[in-house]
Parts: sequence; structure tokens; C-alpha cells
Amino acid sequence: METKELLEILSNGNGVSGFEFNLKNEVINVFDRYADSVQVDKLGNIIAHKRGSGDGSVKILMAAHMDEIGFMVKDIDKKGFIHFTNIGGIDPRTILAQEVVIHGREEVPGVIGSKPPHLQDESEQEKSIKMEDMIIDTGYEKKDLDQLVSIGDSITVGRKMVSLLNSRVAGKAMDDRAGLAALFEAMKELQNINHYPDIYFVATIQEEVTMAGALTATYGINPDIGIAVDVGFGRTPELNSSNSIEMGKGPGITLGGNIHPGLRKRLVSVANDYNIPIQTDVRPGPTGTDARAMQITREGIPALVLSIPLRYMHTSVEVLDLKDVSHTAKLLAFFSASIKENEMEGLLCF
Amino acid sequence: MNFNVELLEKLVSVYGPSGDESLISATIRQEIGGYVDEVTTDALGNLIARKKGDGKKIMVSAHMDQIGFIVTDIDKEGFLRFGNIGGISPDISLSQRVIFKNGTVGAIFSEPLDKPSERKLENMYIDIGAKDREEAEKMVSVGDMCIYYSPFSHNENVVFTPYLDDRVGCFVAIEALKRITTTENDIYFVFSVQEEVGLRGAKTAAYGIEPDFGIAVDVTAHGDTPKAKRFAIGLHKGAAIKVKDNSIITHPSVRNSLIDIAKAKGIAYQLEVLEFGGTDSGAIHVTKTGVPSGVISIPTRYVHSTVEMASKEDIESSISLLEGYLSKKL
Amino acid sequence: MLLKELTEASGVSGNEKEVRDLIKSTLEGYVDHMKTDGIGNLIVYKKGSKPGGRKLMIAAHMDEVGLIVKDVDSSGLLKFMPVGGIDKRVLVSKAVKVGQQKLPGVIGAKPIHLQKRNEWSKVLDMDDLYIDIGASSKEEAEKQVSIGDYVAFDTPYMEMGNGTIKAKALDDRVGCSILIDLLKSDIDAEIYGAFTVMEEVGLVGAGPAAYQIKPDMAIVLEGTLCYEIEDLDSHEMPTLMGQGPAISLIDRTTVYDRSLRENVVRIAEENSIPYQYRKTSMGGNDSGKIHITGTGCATTGISVPTRYIHSPLSLISKSDYHNTFKLVEAIVKEFEKGAI
Repeated sequence: METKELLEILSNGNGVSGFEFNLKNEVINVFDRYADSVQVDKLGNIIAHKRGSGDGSVKILMAAHMDEIGFMVKDIDKKGFIHFTNIGGIDPRTILAQEVVIHGREEVPGVIGSKPPHLQDESEQEKSIKMEDMIIDTGYEKKDLDQLVSIGDSITVGRKMVSLLNSRVAGKAMDDRAGLAALFEAMKELQNINHYPDIYFVATIQEEVTMAGALTATYGINPDIGIAVDVGFGRTPELNSSNSIEMGKGPGITLGGNIHPGLRKRLVSVANDYNIPIQTDVRPGPTGTDARAMQITREGIPALVLSIPLRYMHTSVEVLDLKDVSHTAKLLAFFSASIKENEMEGLLCF
Repeated sequence: MNFNVELLEKLVSVYGPSGDESLISATIRQEIGGYVDEVTTDALGNLIARKKGDGKKIMVSAHMDQIGFIVTDIDKEGFLRFGNIGGISPDISLSQRVIFKNGTVGAIFSEPLDKPSERKLENMYIDIGAKDREEAEKMVSVGDMCIYYSPFSHNENVVFTPYLDDRVGCFVAIEALKRITTTENDIYFVFSVQEEVGLRGAKTAAYGIEPDFGIAVDVTAHGDTPKAKRFAIGLHKGAAIKVKDNSIITHPSVRNSLIDIAKAKGIAYQLEVLEFGGTDSGAIHVTKTGVPSGVISIPTRYVHSTVEMASKEDIESSISLLEGYLSKKL
Repeated sequence: MLLKELTEASGVSGNEKEVRDLIKSTLEGYVDHMKTDGIGNLIVYKKGSKPGGRKLMIAAHMDEVGLIVKDVDSSGLLKFMPVGGIDKRVLVSKAVKVGQQKLPGVIGAKPIHLQKRNEWSKVLDMDDLYIDIGASSKEEAEKQVSIGDYVAFDTPYMEMGNGTIKAKALDDRVGCSILIDLLKSDIDAEIYGAFTVMEEVGLVGAGPAAYQIKPDMAIVLEGTLCYEIEDLDSHEMPTLMGQGPAISLIDRTTVYDRSLRENVVRIAEENSIPYQYRKTSMGGNDSGKIHITGTGCATTGISVPTRYIHSPLSLISKSDYHNTFKLVEAIVKEFEKGAI
């Protein structure tokens, strides 16, 4: 399957934090193709294991989170309008007049309605609206809606992936379905490359809310190296060069306290050896990715973060360059292959 | 419905701020003694009571600790300055009575302010009526903790008192514990410490027990009073089955089990989507390789005030629901 | 004094290598085992004459707050981000050392003369500040420094006033120094020492360190808040310089075990060591993670009052240093005896 096709399935699929099981089959199907085994753990992390040429004692964990930001039904009022809350970080300014899908007993389409301009005075339009003052309109009356939807049902943004010029696409949940696509591509690359360590590819749950997935998957696998594959701020004109990474120029490789310096050095030298473009992403202290959870689990796991450049993060039109997914996948594959027998101690030396 | 109001009144009145739960621990231990197979305490003071069984390991967690105040300074005139233990609101604590472990009673007031909105804990103090520092130091010491001191009231419908959070959860757990007769599951009733300061006791208790499932029993907020922020939970509508709060999105298998049991047994229930706060399940579910967890919440008005109010029917529904879940083969 | 070398070393959170190497070489021959774990914590073990008893962990963090280079601008000036909590108002007009090569630089901003009067009351944002290393172009700067280079304050160690020490990073090199002094002394005790990383950016190293050691009890050594200008009320001053080690009651990350705390006070009184309580409930330290790791343990926080922490310079009193050492030594002896 082509990366673009896969990404489309993953982006269009739904799995709000806490409801990732809605995407389970798609992910398992994808992982099953190239892994030696695929399991789902107690909380719902999906773990694909690919044996290396060694005895399994050296383990690399690569994680991309399966969950997307979204909403949840908070209450249904007398008129049948749905009041909702956010799951994960959402800027309320990006959701007005947005189509949504409520995952109840059926998939119920709805819209986040906005007041027509005719009924507003000028100053009203200068103020942004709080989420608690918005409603979702399904067109149903309460008595019919109550049969289909309950408090606590998850809601995703209604957005199908859009192909833009060049190798760019836009869609919802590219954070972090792009990371999942990169994992899958890495698995594919590794079919034809010899690698010593065992690799665990994990689609984690709930990164956007509690990192419950990364904490528990890392504890269970207890890897020697943990790699989080997530997204980074893709550059647009109003962003600083120090706060963002360019589109199409390869993954951002985080530099900072959450990252093991020896591992990072190896990652960069592998990128140089194979002419894979990379960028630097400075983040002091714990990052907002699964690597934060990995670093403090058990005795502490040496970690890396790779970030696929993504514009308009946490909106329904996240834009990425498919080339960056490929660059990331290749780097993951060649990095894993570069870890030889007996070199962990030296590599992890401070 | 035989509501054991005497037990609830006893539970809410025993001293036990976060970090000093020994008295409430002893009280609960005495109450449950004949009904469980083993009772232990761990390094942080969690009280762990096990009802042995063959099946899955379930950890039930209700927290014993209360919010309160800790004395950080005694000034020349004998006034006490303090820090908070858990979520204390300056406005709610103004003019409240407090009581120390040794029975010393005091009053909380604030320095005069131009604007009431400037009130914060740093410009408030506790007055124990001491004439000077020397006299105050005979009554309390720096590092001593006190809790709200206010009476328990009830009528046909409701109870209202300080510390339903979470002594009503302890009450629900104790009543369920006494009613369970089956040994389908291996149940650990944990009366946890230090929930109010960061779910700390539940974290270490769960690490030691390593349960297959976790259920926290705690209070939740309300949306049914004048101009209240929109929230679907209200009194007299049943036990709340939590979908989410800030510490957890409950595991669908546990949540759906609770809903199915409620429906099958005709127990009134409501679904809870809370936009803030956390409970012990927030700590339990991320233990080691993960623990599918849920929460049974008792809808409570005015949480963290001295007039926390809950419906007797809802409390009874919560007991039945917990008993139903624990008795079912998981 | 070792404290001079420790405080002058650069060890901003995430880049503790120089401090760690210094501690390792200092402790060589004085401990039975030393190990650097996978995220940079230095864990040391002194077995004493009766090893195998209950485990005592003593922790001090190696890292200091500082800055990190995030960009080189078109004129060769360096833009930076803070690492750890720093009041941005203390940064302007200070000297720093950039990167591993410790290149001297200064934090500059627009001169007063060219600012309007009404600008003086506006706080300068970190984005308005820059580090000048003297480069005349972006290319020249890029040859000398890299994005991601850590930046430490340039504050030489100095003794001044009445037995006062001025240095940077006394939070928590003072804790490291006391732990080193203890490990080098002839005390007969089994001690697990943890020199942790990245405390200042989220108590990162402490949990994994405690996970490895699995302590029954822990002492956390810190340099803590001390602020005592004249017109503050007694309750607004968290600790006082010269009044001895500050014993923690509570902070944002720990409600300190009451009976252990009472024992520490008893030990101080029995040994005639002056002490005070840390009066504020603000702040947090490695105890926050240590006491809830695994099945948990009791912890005590013992701190040297340190004026002006989280700024380019801080002050402690030598007498507080020595009294803190004495108290920790006495606690360890009581632990060995089984009295706590």
C-alpha cells in the first residue's frame, strides 16, 4: 500500500483519546503485514513485534500515538442541541461552523452552529466564542436523539483528507497518524534490512490527555531505547525559525534534556551517511510527546524524538509533506540497523 | 432503604488531613474488622483490606484523607499563618471554624482588604484566641494540621456536612464490603491516603497490589443549582458512572460493565463527563502495564465547602452498584 | 573548597556532564560502587561495615537553571530560551558562558538613553534579549556556537561578608557538596547516594533513581528559598540565613512524613544543632517523585537557606552549611542504629 493511501485511511478513521478502539482494526491490519506478532494490551496499546537477528535482549521501542483530539458529548438540552467538551488541546476559534460526527449507537452527523452576521453587532464579531457557549446541531429533536447518542460519546471532526499541490496533503488527526504511517513505512523498509535489535512498534493510546499508553507500554516492554515519532511545528511566515521546522526538509530531531546525547549523535550520523535530510528542534526539559513518559519509566529509558513537520497543528486541516514521512521512516529503519551487538553500553555512555 | 446515617456521621467527623490519616485509618479498621480476611497498611499509610477470592484482582479505592490547613508560622501575637492541604478556597474558608488533632479550635479570618477579590491564603490567618506566641505554642506547633469543624446535618432526602469528599466514598465502600457474600473476585478495599494532594496513596497502593481492575469511589460535582455551569449530573438522579475527568478516560469495558449492571438491577445511574479534577483511578490505571479502571461517583453539591450535600438515594444506588460490580465474575 | 569547583562547573538541566564528571573523580576511592544510569543520574553506593540492612537514599540534584541557544540571528547575536524557572527580569545586563567551550558572552538589550522614559517600567521579554559573544556576523557566530548549546551564568565563587559565600547554582550544588562530604567522611554507614539530573525541569531524574535503589527512607538535600527583606512579616519569610538547616513541612510535591520530621527535630535538639522550619508550602523537589516510587517510602527535606535562588547569583552562610552537614550526619547515624 502506498503511504498516501495508508495515511488517508488513518486520517479519515476515527479514534479520539479513550476511544482508540474505533481505529483498532485499521491499525492491526496495517501492522500485521510486516510484523512477527501483533498484540493489544490491557489499556488498548497496539504492539507489533519484529524480531531482530540477535537473541531479543536488545530492544528498541518506537511509538506513535493512535489517539486524536476531539470532543465529547457533555449534555443534551431540551431542544436537542448537544453541549460538548474538548478531549485534548483545542483552540475554540478553529471549530466554529465545523462539521462533526458523533459516535453514538450510530454515526450521527452534526454541525457546530454559528450565529448569522445579520444578528450580531460589530463588536460581537471581535470577540472569540468560548466552547461552553457553542452547540452541535444534528437536526434531531431530543426524543429521537436520545435513542442514538449518550452523554460521554466521542465526537470527531468531519474532515476527509485533501490532496494539495506537490506531495502535500491536509486532514484531521495527522497528529499523530502521520507518525503511525512513518512506523508502518519503517517496518516495510526493515523487511529488506538486517537489524540486530528486536523492534517493538507501538500505536499508543491517550498521548493527548494522560500519556497512559506510553507509560504502560514502556513499562511492559522495558526497552533499551525509546523513540517517539510525533509531529513538530511546520513553518509558516509568522513563526520564528527557532520555533518551527521547514516542510519537506526532513524530520526535526529534538535536542534537549529529554533526549539521550549519545543516541542523538548516532541518529544524526546515520542521517548523514544515508543522505536523509533532518532539522534541529531545540526543546529544553521534558517534551510534550510519549518520550516524556518513556524517560521516567522504570530505571529511566534513554529516548529520542523525531518530529514530522506539520502546519496548523490541532486544527482539522493539518498539512504535511509526504516526503517527510518517508524521510522519517528511512531514518528509523537505518538507525535500528546501525545498532550492532555489544555496542549498547558504549552508545549509552554519558 | 436502611441508610446507616450514624456510620456516615462518624466517618465524616474523624480527623484525617492528607499526611495524617492514622485516626481515620483506625476507625475504618475497627468498622470492617470482622468482614475481611486480611488488613495491612503500607509505607505511606494506605489501609488495605482484602476479601480473598479465586477470580480477578479488583482494587477498590476510596480516599480517607481530607483537605485542611497546615500551620507554617506562629506570630508574636499568637496568630497562626498557614498553607493549604489540597484544594482550599479563600472565600469558602473565611469565617470557618477549624479543629486540630488535639481538639484545639480556631477561627479563620483575613486581614482587611480594599477589594474582596484580593483575598488569598497568604493574607489570612487562624485565631485560636491565644494572648501571645508563648500561649499559642502551648496549644499548637508549627507543622500541625487542622480541618474544618462544622456540624453534620441530614433530612429525608440529603445529608450535608464537611468531608463527604471522600468519607462518603469510604462509607459506600464499607457498606458494599459488608454486603458482599460471594468470592467470585479477589477484592482489595483500599482506603487511600493523600488523594487530595495528588492521588499519591493510590499510586503506591496500586503498585503493590497490581490489580486486574480498578474502581475508585469518590464525589463528583453538580449542575443542578441556580445558574450552575452546565453539567449533566444532579442530585436524586442516581449513582454517577464516570466517563472522564482530567486524570482518566475510564476504560470502556469497566464503564460498560457498570452501565449493564445498573440496568440489569434497576439501579438509577447517570453518566458523568467532568471537565476538571481527578480521582484515585487516575493513578491506578497507569500502574505498571496498565489497569483497566472506572469510577463510581456520588453526585455532591458544594464540594470542598463545609456544606457538601448528597442525596441519600444516590448514595444507596452507589452502594448497590459497587456491590453489583464486585459480585459479578469478571 | 570543593563548593567553588562545583558551583563554577556548568550543569544546566539536561547537560550535567561536567558536574557529574567532577563528582565522580572526587568520590573515586571513597565509595564502593558508582554508576551512571541511562538518563544521566549518578548513583553511588557506600557499603559501610554492616551492609544489607534497610536502605537509606540521600539525594541532591546536579542541575542548575540556565539558558539554551535557540537561534543565531542575522547579525550574529544569539537568541535563547530559559531552562528551568527563571524570572526574566534578572537576565538583562549579565555575563554568561556559552557551550562546552565556555565562550564568554553578555546578555544585552537596548541602552537606557535610547528608550523613552515610559519604557523603563515595561519588563523586557526574553525575546527582546540576546547574548552577544562579540561575533561580527551570523557566519562567524555559527562557527563558534551551535543551536542547542547550553548557557550558564558567569558568576565566580567568592567568600564575603560574615562567613557568607556567593556563587551561582548553590541550588543544589550545596546539596551535592554536603553529600560528597558525608561520603568522604569516616562515617560507618550503608548509603545509597543519588546525584540526580533535571530536577529543575520537572523532577525528571529522581523517580528512575528511586526505582533503581528502592529505598526504605530518603533524605533530600536542597538549597532552598530564603528571602528576608526588612518589611516582610515573619510568615512571609520562608527561611532565615544563619538560623541553621531548614526542615521541610510541606511543599507542592510532598506532605513530609510527620513522624520522620519529628525525629529529625529531636535529633537536631539532642545534638544541639540549630534548625528552622521551611515555612513556605511553595516549591517542590526530588522528594516529590521519590516518596511515591514503587510502594513508597518516608522522606525528609533538609535544606541550606539560599538567598536569591534561580538567578545568576546566590548566597549561603558557612555556618548553615556546617550545621546542615552535622544534622545529616546525625540522622544517618540514628538510621544505622535503627532509631528511625
